[in-house]
Amino acid sequence: MISVTMTVNGKPVSGAVEGRTLLVDFLRETAGLTGTHVGCDTSQCGACTIHVNGRAVKSCTMLAAEADGAEIATIEGMANPDGSLGVIQAAFKEHHGLQCGFCTPGMVMSAASLLAENRNPSEAEIREYLEGNICRCTGYHNIVKAIQAAAAQLG
Amino acid sequence: MHNFDIEKPSSVSEAVAALAAEGAQALAGGQTLIPTMKQRLAAPEKLVLLSGIEELKGISASGGKLTIGAATTHAEVAADGSYPALSALAADIGDPAVRNRGTIGGSLANNDPSADYPAAVLASNAVVNTNKRAIAADDFFVGMFETALDEGEIITSVEFPLPEAASYQKIDQPASRFALVGVFVAKGANGWRVAVTGASNEGVFRWSAAEEALNGGGSLEGMAPDADGMIDDIHGSAAYRAHLVGVLTRRAVAAA
Ligand SMILES: Cc1cc2nc3c(=O)[nH]c(=O)nc-3n(C[C@H](O)[C@H](O)[C@H](O)COP(=O)(O)OP(=O)(O)OC[C@H]3O[C@@H](n4cnc5c(N)ncnc54)[C@H](O)[C@@H]3O)c2cc1C
Ligand code: FES
Ligand code: FES
Repeated sequence: MISVTMTVNGKPVSGAVEGRTLLVDFLRETAGLTGTHVGCDTSQCGACTIHVNGRAVKSCTMLAAEADGAEIATIEGMANPDGSLGVIQAAFKEHHGLQCGFCTPGMVMSAASLLAENRNPSEAEIREYLEGNICRCTGYHNIVKAIQAAAAQLG
Repeated sequence: MHNFDIEKPSSVSEAVAALAAEGAQALAGGQTLIPTMKQRLAAPEKLVLLSGIEELKGISASGGKLTIGAATTHAEVAADGSYPALSALAADIGDPAVRNRGTIGGSLANNDPSADYPAAVLASNAVVNTNKRAIAADDFFVGMFETALDEGEIITSVEFPLPEAASYQKIDQPASRFALVGVFVAKGANGWRVAVTGASNEGVFRWSAAEEALNGGGSLEGMAPDADGMIDDIHGSAAYRAHLVGVLTRRAVAAA
């Protein structure tokens, strides 16, 4: 077993992992943060998207051992400290950017990383940025609207 | 996925030593190798992580050359901009999350017949540096998923001579976003080179008839390579791919 320590949403988390333990499994099972979803497990759908050292990454396609010492942000860290929805989350709710909600954690994390890189993205830039996030319910229009609304609010 | 041991070297020499062990394999961004291990198409006994080796990272330009460390991510190359056609190619690999992990060295070592970087390396007449030698692009790509790398040899950097003009034109395979066909053209010290990915069963190749036409001042109008030996699958027939090679080459030359 390999011992790893990382900072997850600002708090230190440690555990013993196998070489093959995926980062997403460490987050869900050891850190108990089940907001990050596994949709495909084949690097295609983006439901498992989190931030590693500030950059969007598919946590099903990274080993827990590779994240030793890293700063991780997951969907649980997107809420305000009092537990109310953060700006992007609230915009998804307001604009019906989710139906079943399975893809939503990954969509919100990708949106947050887009808005960190580009405060005022065009509709085309939003759609292109979401290339690695698949939603089987919404048809994407309301996801794009939600991100546009969040961008306007975050200024 | 079968279990494996992990080593985290901090230098190229430590990595080379670790890779000498039976069943050891390098892991760079993991964007190809981790999915491959999940399918049990690869089952290394030990993974040697290249991500902690600083000397494999970074981009530097000097003397008309751009040198990119093997463990530099697609996102970093996309953001660089000193070789605009290369940065544009990197910016269109997969999706943002893949680009934040995947590396140029991993892409070249893998030599997927539909990968983007091999076309840039071959058309630019780049040099692939390893822990023991410098390999010219013309000698590096051997066939589908096959390169000139020996067992345990690692790519350390890639050196691109900066061309006078260049462009990469790609039609995405819509599900995977790999190249259905991609053509990279570059005009360097010895004239135009045209490299094609996504089309041939043998992997990336130079389309020499087009190079001769361009360097002899001829026209590419109506030209296409032979469809024999082209990839023929549910995404496109061999004839369609051969046709696209002609179209994309003309577009690339016009855009360069
Ligand atoms: C959803 C998705 C979409 C993608 N779309 C595209 C696309 O559009 N175009 C494209 O070209 N690619 C695409 N890829 C592949 C991606 O570019 C990979 O990052 C790349 O092929 C492999 O790089 P890596 O750093 O992830 O390598 P890894 O997966 O870590 O390794 C791949 C292979 O290279 C070896 N290796 C790694 N580094 C070295 C080195 N320095 N020296 C010697 N051997 C080494 C490893 O041992 C392994 O055999 C996609 C991948 C995914 C998951
Ligand atoms: S679960 Fe990671 S990409 Fe689908
Ligand atoms: S809301 Fe159901 S998959 Fe996106």
